[in-house]
Amino acid sequence: MELRDAWSIARKDLRIEFRSRILTNQIAPYTLLIVVLFGFALDADTQTLRDTGPGLFWVAVLLIALLAVQRAVKIEDDDAAKERMLLTPVHPSSVFLGKAIALFVQLFALETLLFFVMLALFDLSVEDPLLICFSAVLATIGIASSGTLYGVITAGVGVRETLLPILLLPVLAPIAIGATRTFGDAFGRVDADGWAWFGLLSVFAVIYTVLGMFAYGQLVEDA
Amino acid sequence: MKIKFKEVKEGRFNATSSRSTRFLGFCLALGIPTLILFAFVFSPKDDTMEDAVRLLYIHVPVAIFSYVAFGITAIGSICYLWKQSRWWDTTAHASAEIGVIFSALTLITGSIWGRPTWNTWWEWGDVRLVTTLVMFLMFVGYLALRQVPAQPQIRAKRAAIVGIIGTINIPIVNRSVEWWENSTLHQQSSLTDGNLEDLTLFTWFLGTLILGIAYLWLMIHRFRVGWLASEHEALGYGAAIEERQAEAGIQTAIASEYREEGEIE
Amino acid sequence: MNEVINLQEAVVTLGQFPALTGVTLQVSQGEIVTVCGPNGAGKSTLLRLCAGLLPVREGSASVLGEDLHTNRRSIRPDIGLLGHKSGLYDDLTVEENVAFWGSMVRAGDLEVKEAIKYMGLDGRLRNVLVRQLSAGQRRRTSFAGLVVQRPSLWLLDEPHAALDTEGRDLVNNLIQDAAASGATVLLVSHAPKELSSPSGRFVTLAGGQITSDTNKEGSGDGTS
Repeated sequence: MELRDAWSIARKDLRIEFRSRILTNQIAPYTLLIVVLFGFALDADTQTLRDTGPGLFWVAVLLIALLAVQRAVKIEDDDAAKERMLLTPVHPSSVFLGKAIALFVQLFALETLLFFVMLALFDLSVEDPLLICFSAVLATIGIASSGTLYGVITAGVGVRETLLPILLLPVLAPIAIGATRTFGDAFGRVDADGWAWFGLLSVFAVIYTVLGMFAYGQLVEDA
Repeated sequence: MKIKFKEVKEGRFNATSSRSTRFLGFCLALGIPTLILFAFVFSPKDDTMEDAVRLLYIHVPVAIFSYVAFGITAIGSICYLWKQSRWWDTTAHASAEIGVIFSALTLITGSIWGRPTWNTWWEWGDVRLVTTLVMFLMFVGYLALRQVPAQPQIRAKRAAIVGIIGTINIPIVNRSVEWWENSTLHQQSSLTDGNLEDLTLFTWFLGTLILGIAYLWLMIHRFRVGWLASEHEALGYGAAIEERQAEAGIQTAIASEYREEGEIE
Repeated sequence: MNEVINLQEAVVTLGQFPALTGVTLQVSQGEIVTVCGPNGAGKSTLLRLCAGLLPVREGSASVLGEDLHTNRRSIRPDIGLLGHKSGLYDDLTVEENVAFWGSMVRAGDLEVKEAIKYMGLDGRLRNVLVRQLSAGQRRRTSFAGLVVQRPSLWLLDEPHAALDTEGRDLVNNLIQDAAASGATVLLVSHAPKELSSPSGRFVTLAGGQITSDTNKEGSGDGTS
């Protein structure tokens, strides 16, 4: 495995995403739309929005993650680039890492946007910015790793769009719970020990990154 | 030229029952009415739960065996990746299917029981409830993946990895839900309290035994169905090869014409 | 002689469909072998088998000295496969695509530049997105990726498809050059007349089997 390969692959994915403008022209507006819909659904009640803000944030992130994973899979599947990659000396773990890094960067950028929008619209105030930062990074690593792994599991399958959510979302349940709690704590909304939850997010991130690096090679093979 | 292939002997696997499954089935036919009698008639009411406790004689064993079933799916998945054998793949699949049904039953019986006892159908704060629900959804996804048409080996490999991840995820989900609400409405294991009546204790064990037999019985049948299905897939193989080779016989003339035409220039 | 491909009664199934029903084929180093045959004869499957992308179900198969039953993965970096799909990224330019695949096979900048030039893609086309290319230009870009890779076994699925006369000559030269430098070429063609050397070896595939082989019959009348 070589980190250099992973980096080339990540750069390639990011360049494609940057150029296709899908992130900025479609997914980002979609993110904002989700926030607005939450506002409508919860009846313009700022107090409720403030209390549920951390949860809504992560629900929105999971929805965006599904789209981003589909994109990442599509890039490799469209013109059989995945197969071509098999005919190079690049180790599958490098491919996994590269794809996961690219997904991480995109998700983190969208999360940042979403964060400030919600801060403004829901009138939230941050009590522990460090916790927000660290837990967002860790949760996003977990989502990017498990997303990349499940993306390749559903790659090449005709029903990819519908299969991915039912496979991936239950797996992300701990992230949904954990990241919501850390954010709740950091916003001063709930009385939870955010840093303990941060530990859980780290465990999840480590498990899925390691698992993905091992399993990815098995999965791209023959598929 | 002929290819040698293993042909499945006609009638060798014509049924999924055998002497052992008939014996297990017989035990169930006797055991289930007995369990019902003990649970609903002979065993006493609980001091706090009253008659609702009777549902637990089913609920708890079903829950235990749904976890056992997913455990066996995980073992089957690991062994499949290790040995690449169809036997383990079929085992993992069969067990997951039973596990999904058992966990659905767990959720339903638990919900019905929760209504009179906790005064609610569903309690988000309860660790085991939420964990079981997530686990159930995860393995519904696993079964969905198995339904997708794909080459048998590819499908088996993907399913095995999803099966293993699903199982690894169970303790993580459990941890997170536990911290989430920091509380559980569930009884701490009632068996260890030590002041249960003999009849209650006996009914617990009977329930566990009967559900264990039920799992085993279903498992053997489901495994054999799965095995038959893959044998059936393989059955056409010999005929398909011959048919395709015959295709060569017919097409040879056309093919050489084709080639000559190209060569003339 | 050094055998690059050695298949003995190899059977390959795609799902339940036996695409190859017992192929016996030996190809030596430096040979150029053209595989012909009707649609659905198993030509593309044969190439994919030789690339180590498909499992051998029965029979024996070795490519570049490695047994495909056990060592399918290890041969892959030495193989250049040009399939129906080109393995390119639509939103990258020609140069970026070739450079990316070049970096995946550890080729230098110079080799990337040379490959682009060799395939006649320098100049205006170099900075055009692959999405905007014509089918023939795509094919050339894909070829440039193979040139950078310098594989020891070239597996080309209808390499002339969609190419203009100039492109065909280019590809024919490329194939000759590759063979001359010690590489082996196995190519599938519907219209062998497009090839520069009709005297080369022809193999006909039908129903997943080799039905004629000019090497074995000498003259190549192929009426077996």
